[in-house]
Amino acid sequence: MSITARDLCRDEFFYGHKACAGCGGSLAVRNALKVLGRNAFAVLPAGCMSAVGFNFPQLCFANNAIISTFAGTASMLTGVEAGLRAKGITDFTAVGFAGDGGTADIGIQAFSGAIDRGDNILYICYDNEAYMNTGIQKSGLTPFGAKTTTTPSGKNIHGNIRPKKNMFEIAAAHDIAYAATATIGYMEDFLTKVQKASEINGTKYIHVIAPCPTGWGVPVSDTVEIAREIVNCGLWYLAEYENGEFTLNRNPKQFTDVSEYLKKQGRFRHLTDDDINLIINSRDEKWNKIRKDWKFGKD
Amino acid sequence: MAKKFLSGDEAFAEGVRLAKPQVISAYPITPQTIVVERLSEMVEDGSLKSEFIHVESEHSALSCAIGASAVGARAFTATSSQGLLYMAECLTYAAGGRFPIVMMNANRSTALPWNIYGDQRDSVSQLDSGWIQVYAENAQEGLDLALMSYYIAEHKDVSTPLMVNLDGFILTHTYETVDVPTQEQADAFLPAYETENKLDIDVPKNLAFSAGPEHNYIFKYKEHQALLRAKSIIAEAEKKFAEIFGRQYGGLLETYLTDDADYILITLGSIAGLCREIADYLRSEGKKVGVVRLRYIRPFPTEELAAAVKNAKVVGILEKDISFGNEGTIFTNVNSSLFRSGINIPAYNFIGGLGGKNISHEDISEIFDRIENGTEPVNFIGIEASEK
Repeated sequence: MSITARDLCRDEFFYGHKACAGCGGSLAVRNALKVLGRNAFAVLPAGCMSAVGFNFPQLCFANNAIISTFAGTASMLTGVEAGLRAKGITDFTAVGFAGDGGTADIGIQAFSGAIDRGDNILYICYDNEAYMNTGIQKSGLTPFGAKTTTTPSGKNIHGNIRPKKNMFEIAAAHDIAYAATATIGYMEDFLTKVQKASEINGTKYIHVIAPCPTGWGVPVSDTVEIAREIVNCGLWYLAEYENGEFTLNRNPKQFTDVSEYLKKQGRFRHLTDDDINLIINSRDEKWNKIRKDWKFGKD
Repeated sequence: MAKKFLSGDEAFAEGVRLAKPQVISAYPITPQTIVVERLSEMVEDGSLKSEFIHVESEHSALSCAIGASAVGARAFTATSSQGLLYMAECLTYAAGGRFPIVMMNANRSTALPWNIYGDQRDSVSQLDSGWIQVYAENAQEGLDLALMSYYIAEHKDVSTPLMVNLDGFILTHTYETVDVPTQEQADAFLPAYETENKLDIDVPKNLAFSAGPEHNYIFKYKEHQALLRAKSIIAEAEKKFAEIFGRQYGGLLETYLTDDADYILITLGSIAGLCREIADYLRSEGKKVGVVRLRYIRPFPTEELAAAVKNAKVVGILEKDISFGNEGTIFTNVNSSLFRSGINIPAYNFIGGLGGKNISHEDISEIFDRIENGTEPVNFIGIEASEK
């Protein structure tokens, strides 16, 4: 059962915030809440979405929402879920919206703990591939080659020297009830996964690519397009993990040009042909494994 | 009421059972561990209906308790030493959010060097976190404080988290005969937790938000006022407690033979009993000595302390804490309070028990002697010249 734009409610739950123009993260939060509805209890750590949405007395969530400590998204979600259940409340979704740093770096311990316990929570990582709220510093999900303010590109080093941590498979390695990758460039796929996750008992993880025009160096009108291209060129994939199995949701016959995807973005503009070839090789290596080991599902 | 032979940790767990927290999140650390072991058993055997969350760290223990408290559930956690420091970020978070979580802290030294034994540097280092802090003297008081803490913390005029401190090993692992009240008595004492400061499915709210300089300042002022208001709620809780359980505590502090005392030793925690014994002995020799046991150090009992020592010639402060490069923090707090109250008498600081070093009755006799005859402002007791 897939969700289309027509299925989305007209109610706004994340509204009047001061996110930057073209913000991918706010789009992910706004639309996910339209799927989850009024009974979503949202936990957001220190980061972009809490910084733009929770400035007393201008509070931007129409549903219940709370900021957690930076490291504490998952642990606070656990407490919210357990507390509501202990009080006899059952009709709700405890949902976390944390950025890439809040998930893959400082929050990974609490996240791992929650999956280990099988807590009935939905954890959504909106991945803009760097610490954007503090001004574009490298996180564990910053891709190879990206220039950030802490991984400058110069004569000696061409931006970030390490690949992205694979949070989707880290979550899956815990034998989580449900994990999925998504991008705001394929919004219906993302929202369908949000809906599906909300109906599963146990811990759920959705990793959604949510570009930040400021940090990526793209025009604010191109957020959705670039979020689509990252999948089309094979540097991201749409997949699910469920019942111990990986399923690839979208298997492009031919990838679009990686170098075109990279060169559009200020953060990659310095890359040499050798750098780009490294990126293409690692993409191909990953896809060979995916196509060998994972099931293919429909888009 | 039933008499049981319990360690301090076990007695505290009995008190928690009677308080019926809805969510318990805890991570093991010596010497707190027995509390969470007993609580796990109580959840297993059905005598405690709580969600027991096996968190992966102390940071998550308190973060989880904050989440539970933020939806209006009664929450409990326990920790010690490194664990308290590891969750320090969440301490100010819980206090600023006005989430009335109760936490037991087993007082233990902090690394380095590693040491599992009792001193009070862990909790004293967190005095500014916005929590109410109380120090028990024995296992019975620990159990009773578990119940009273929720009454005080959850009171609408307070709505502030509360940390109950038990000296590591000396209290946590030492067995005493303890009166365990009945559930009926506990229920008569402690009302269910009701608050508007919660995420509410019927009335959605945004909590734990940001506030710029203008508003932030007012929130902090109100946080301070709530701790000051806790003084009268502590008195109210103890009065009601005495009516139901027949045990009376002294409020923010307890005095012993202070009315006519020239020399008063001020201390906190389990060492107070030995101080009173030595005071008895010195009294039998005609020395006019007394003891003050600070129970609460946040809020600090400024007026009560002034009243207790106003006729003394000299006071000494014995504490298991040192603010390196200055003096014991309790000493700083006492001096400030006395100065503010217009009491200008000599005060000497005695630092002892760090890393669990025993404080002997000879040590305390010597402290009284030095209070009477004068000494350095800050003294490490029981340390040989060759060790300095």
